[in-house]
Amino acid sequence: MTAIAVGADIALAVRGLRKSFQGGRVPVLQDVTLSIRSGERVALLGANGCGKSTLLRCMLRLIEPDAGTVDIGGVQVTGLRGRGLRRVRARVGLVFQKHNLVPRLSVLTNVLHGALARGLSFRVWRQSWAPAAERERALTCLDMVGLAHLADRRAGQLSGGQSQRVAIARALMQQPTTILADEPVASLDPVAADEVMEMFCRLVGQQGLTLVFVSHNLEHAVRYADRLIALRAGRIERDVPATGVQIEELRGLYE
Amino acid sequence: MSESHGRLPARWSWPRPGSLLTFVALLAFLAWSLAMLKIRPGELWDGFPAMLEVLGQMRPNWDRFVPISWRMLETLQMALVGCAIGVVLSVPVAVLAAKNHAPNRFVHALTRGLVTFVRTVPDLVWALLFIVWVGLGPFAGVLTLVVETIGFCGRFFADAFEETDQGPPEALTAMGARNVSVFACATLPAALPAMTNTALFAVEKAVRASVVLGLVGAGGIGVELKTAMEMFQYDRASMIIAYVFAMVFAVERLSGWLRSRI
Ligand SMILES: Nc1ncnc2c1ncn2[C@@H]1O[C@H](COP(=O)(O)OP(=O)(O)OP(=O)(O)O)[C@@H](O)[C@H]1O
Ligand SMILES: [Mg+2]
Repeated sequence: MTAIAVGADIALAVRGLRKSFQGGRVPVLQDVTLSIRSGERVALLGANGCGKSTLLRCMLRLIEPDAGTVDIGGVQVTGLRGRGLRRVRARVGLVFQKHNLVPRLSVLTNVLHGALARGLSFRVWRQSWAPAAERERALTCLDMVGLAHLADRRAGQLSGGQSQRVAIARALMQQPTTILADEPVASLDPVAADEVMEMFCRLVGQQGLTLVFVSHNLEHAVRYADRLIALRAGRIERDVPATGVQIEELRGLYE
Repeated sequence: MSESHGRLPARWSWPRPGSLLTFVALLAFLAWSLAMLKIRPGELWDGFPAMLEVLGQMRPNWDRFVPISWRMLETLQMALVGCAIGVVLSVPVAVLAAKNHAPNRFVHALTRGLVTFVRTVPDLVWALLFIVWVGLGPFAGVLTLVVETIGFCGRFFADAFEETDQGPPEALTAMGARNVSVFACATLPAALPAMTNTALFAVEKAVRASVVLGLVGAGGIGVELKTAMEMFQYDRASMIIAYVFAMVFAVERLSGWLRSRI
């Protein structure tokens, strides 16, 4: 575990997190402890099935952890309910491998949904009902990912790379402090994957956000992250700065 | 290669004693039923001339076209109003009946059970019940159609909600959206085509049902048909039947055309 300077601004802290499925017969996370500073960019690595997605879901309590605590921006997430839980979730943008847009709605409407995080309700259900300021903001977010010209398209008509950019725009629309991304570019072709990662990291840097991204692409991990955290069978195996790490030595994680 | 194959199974083999016994029992039961139900083909023959005479009188008589048309309009109105209210009420019912949206498994099972029960009870029974409650007339018919529609749409809307991709709802939940918003923004748009399809089927069903409801006095054209038949006015009855056929046919074609455009 890396030592954390006292008083450093901690964006995300996980302590002793455990999770098993099917009544304890399938232990997935075993005593995971990590702490991520504000503005840090972390790549989460590990073989298929080692628990990366489960860890991200547990952080937002989309899956209920069995034990341990999660702090986001100084608020303890474990134990929160209802409104309090929604408020914490709102500060974290979650981007999935599958973009999870609503295919039958317009691109702009999908981005507008990000404003649901800020407590806006039915006004942002559809773009035609939305306040002008929110529509402006959604268009700005789309512009950041370079897709403002597609605002009126149906989301279902976009390519994979475009969809993923829209999903990122939706996360930015939340005005989050942290972004968790679960293999955000895994379904994109190599060129699009590089482009989207590049753009993602640039935006995160510009807005001073904290980023945790899961990746099976070790080059991406070394290039775009400041720090690498590797899981093996539900435990943290390595937690090291990304600088000077050789890709070859990371391959051992997958054996 | 061919050596590894065993002998081909025979094309025909003797049935096992168990299935043979079941088959014989089934045949015996059918024969017994035939006797029980007083099925005498001779009567078909004996009554044939009388039937021919009635059929001969069934030359449609259009002199009551205008009053019958008002009844027909009432029938259509009953069907549409009952169906519209039923479809709207089906949405919350279906939310409670859908496994992934109900607050808990008990509510899910209970609502599913109720919806199935509503569907099991025949529409004429509902009509008789509502006649006792609100008296004779179209209101009882509308209530019947509302209940029938909930039985139908409640089930299929719930299936549609259960079958939608869980990804988008999860994404909105993860950003802290409230459950209503998650439902309205992600689940509903995804389920809408299937729901429209179901709702159009419900309209067709309601139109067919609304014709029959008049037979027990719950409003609509069925009253006219019943009266004409009871007063041996076969010319009027045949006109009503032709009229109903034309309307049901038109509604089914229209709804089919709309469904093809979803
Ligand atoms: N709902 C569930 N019920 C039972 N087992 C589950 C469930 N979700 C995940 N698992 C199991 O937990 C383990 C970890 O899954 P997880 O999705 O977190 O892996 P991952 O590290 O994200 O893998 P990948 O690289 O393939 O995405 C797997 O063995 C998986 O089968
Ligand atoms: Mg995963």
